[in-house]
Amino acid sequence: MKNQASIKYAPAADSSSAPHQKKEFTISVFTENQIGLLNRIAIMFSRRKINVESLNVSPTEIEGISRFTIVITEVEDVVSKLNRQIEKQVEVLKSYYNVNEDIVWQELAMYKVPTNVISEKAKVERLLREYGAQAVAIRSDYTVFETVGHREETEGLLNALAPYGLIEFVRSARVAIIKDSEGFHAKLKEFEQHEPSQEVIENEYLDKRDDVFTM
Amino acid sequence: MDTLDVKEAAAPQTEKSTTLNGSQALLEGLLVEGVTTIFGYPGGAIMPIYDALYDYHDKLEHILVRHEQGGIHAAQGYARSSGKVGVVFATSGPGATNLITGIADAMIDSTPLVCITGQVFAHLLGTDAFQETDVVNITAPVTKWNYQVTDATEIPGVLAKAFHIARTGRPGPVLIDITKNAQIQKFEYAGYEPCNHIRSYRPAPKVRKSYIEQAARLINEAKKPFVLFGQGVILGEAEKEFKAFIEKTGLPAAWTILGESAIPSDHYLNVGMLGMHGNYAPNVLTNECDVLIAVGMRFDDRVTGRLDKYAKQAKIVHLDIDPAEIDKNVQSTVPVWGDCKETLPMITALLEEKDHRQWLAKFRELEQQEIKEVIEPELNPAGDVMSMGEVIKVLNELTGGEAIIVTDVGQHQMVACRYADFKQSRSNITSGGLGTMGFGLPAAIGAKYGAPDRTVVAICGDGGLQMTIQEFGTIMQFGADVKTLILNNHFLGMVRQWQQLFNDKRYSFVNITSPDFVKVAEGYGIAGRSIDQRADLRTALKEMLDHKGAYVLEVMVGKENNVFPMVPQGCSVSEIRLK
Ligand SMILES: Cc1ncc(C[n+]2csc(CCOP(=O)(O)OP(=O)(O)O)c2C)c(N)n1
Repeated sequence: MKNQASIKYAPAADSSSAPHQKKEFTISVFTENQIGLLNRIAIMFSRRKINVESLNVSPTEIEGISRFTIVITEVEDVVSKLNRQIEKQVEVLKSYYNVNEDIVWQELAMYKVPTNVISEKAKVERLLREYGAQAVAIRSDYTVFETVGHREETEGLLNALAPYGLIEFVRSARVAIIKDSEGFHAKLKEFEQHEPSQEVIENEYLDKRDDVFTM
Repeated sequence: MDTLDVKEAAAPQTEKSTTLNGSQALLEGLLVEGVTTIFGYPGGAIMPIYDALYDYHDKLEHILVRHEQGGIHAAQGYARSSGKVGVVFATSGPGATNLITGIADAMIDSTPLVCITGQVFAHLLGTDAFQETDVVNITAPVTKWNYQVTDATEIPGVLAKAFHIARTGRPGPVLIDITKNAQIQKFEYAGYEPCNHIRSYRPAPKVRKSYIEQAARLINEAKKPFVLFGQGVILGEAEKEFKAFIEKTGLPAAWTILGESAIPSDHYLNVGMLGMHGNYAPNVLTNECDVLIAVGMRFDDRVTGRLDKYAKQAKIVHLDIDPAEIDKNVQSTVPVWGDCKETLPMITALLEEKDHRQWLAKFRELEQQEIKEVIEPELNPAGDVMSMGEVIKVLNELTGGEAIIVTDVGQHQMVACRYADFKQSRSNITSGGLGTMGFGLPAAIGAKYGAPDRTVVAICGDGGLQMTIQEFGTIMQFGADVKTLILNNHFLGMVRQWQQLFNDKRYSFVNITSPDFVKVAEGYGIAGRSIDQRADLRTALKEMLDHKGAYVLEVMVGKENNVFPMVPQGCSVSEIRLK
């Protein structure tokens, strides 16, 4: 799967050199699995009048720890400050933010189409093959297909299917994994191992200060 | 006394395990946390806790306020004067929502509080039951942490977590909402274990030596170093460390209103107040220093004025325990993330002997200008009409700077912060970040409980006092020895000042009439007096301070006096106006 800024959602794909320009950012937040935390995190965006484009919350590989994947379009300065405010929440273990170039991401889409149309029209079948769709449920009245990919890919099949009596369509929020570095797994394990430890996890942003600011 | 029996039954400390209900477990936990005073107001959804409190009345003093807002401001005053965690109880629904203003105030001013609210039975949650309000969600943006308890067995653990979160790191308010069934539910209580670690919570950052070294190097190289300090010094109990830091090389230091009293007013390196109504020299020289060292302060916009014109020439060293404050408003050159009680001595140790007397003299030069143009006319006014400043001046002379001054919000607050003298820390208690009118009187009641041996003077405007004037009832009932000094200018003065300066004197609804405050006080059994002659000022203030018990003194001051200097909104700090 190609891994570049989505055309639709990152109009300023080459804006990495322009810190004041809005870009698509993916924020990954690792939290305790705690009632009410979703609201606390949501408030941090609404309070700053930042629209959340996509939000996924799911359990991680470690019991009791959840992962939020949040996609927003903002300028980097705001995102980095917001990230530190998120990290400040008591039940947040760690929060990262990345531009699309740093991550591999996917969305899952499902399409419900009338079975008779698909079976009758070979064109549709070709379409599905072209988009790498899989059938996940086949009934006499309808068939459900799924595809996985970037927004413009799932969007492409959606547009293509529309004329053939699409009954229903649904798309998941983004899930993302960081490209370079060992990723978050080690860090999570570390949290788990150090429990109950007093050790401080260094703030990533501050770590990079020397490169960013010189005296 | 019949209550004794129950108390013995509820003495689990010695036993391995006892059967308690949730309410008793809560109070046991409060005792282990060292709580002695609770401010609160009962109601249906918190009745089991109040029922349990009946048996603890000799260990846990409960102050019945007249409004939950009064309760939480009192808890704030208590926390600020004592350095301990303030505790407040309220019932569900309206009781809990009446706490919101105080919670927001405590959040922005980093005041450690544990708020306990009653909630409807768990099985009624979400049914719009009588007095059901979603308190946990309403308070989420204004609490450091909150939690709803629906099962009694959670109470000891959650309470321990709450205290740990409230008082560590950057302190703040936490709220525990306890459903009625959890308050009643009996369970095997295995004792109370204070909490000192939460997996996802890192209140004490590891100090990085490289930043300490960089900070020290910048300060050593500086020709015009300038220190700004805030409440972080007080919250971190780093007053001594801070003094040692500035004294080693003679660094001029200016304060935010919440940092005020961290060093004595007359300290030779204290160059005054920052911000909108702060002193002339520190504001002007902020834009002239070469290294700005911010200690435990957060560059609030009332302090910085226009950010794009704020200290642009300076390298910034920012010491703060809260990493989210670093670079939030002002980009730092060196961030010193950590508890300043720890970081200050590390930097001090690396400072080289330097002589900054010439630089300090610049502050004193500008100060002379401010004295001539603003301070002298304010403290020794020419006409017959009394000024707020001269009242504070005489108060200083009589208290020797030893009193705790609690202010409400408005002109009198700025004047009090500008002119009141302080000898010891935790003496200036005021609503900084939220600017909450109605804060003064109840916070003063709490401050008195937090520091019973000290004189507590609440300085209030005629407007703000009327927002929580019913707390005179609390003073009456519990005998809190609070001196209330009303500076009456017959106006919502601070708003009137803005209307005069920026809205062409269009005095839109700032004219406020007041009751006969002395008679009101009398109705509450509180002694009082009102004066409008300068000749009476000293004796009246002395009478107030000497009076055994609470006292209300109203002083009629100039109706249209203004607080100067002033950095007009949207201006740079160096554009501060003397008139
Ligand atoms: C709860 C609340 N409402 C409104 C304001 C806005 N406000 C700030 S100062 C002020 C006037 C205060 O008047 P007064 O209490 O008489 O004090 P003065 O300024 O005259 O000393 C007002 C209305 C506020 N700070 N808090």
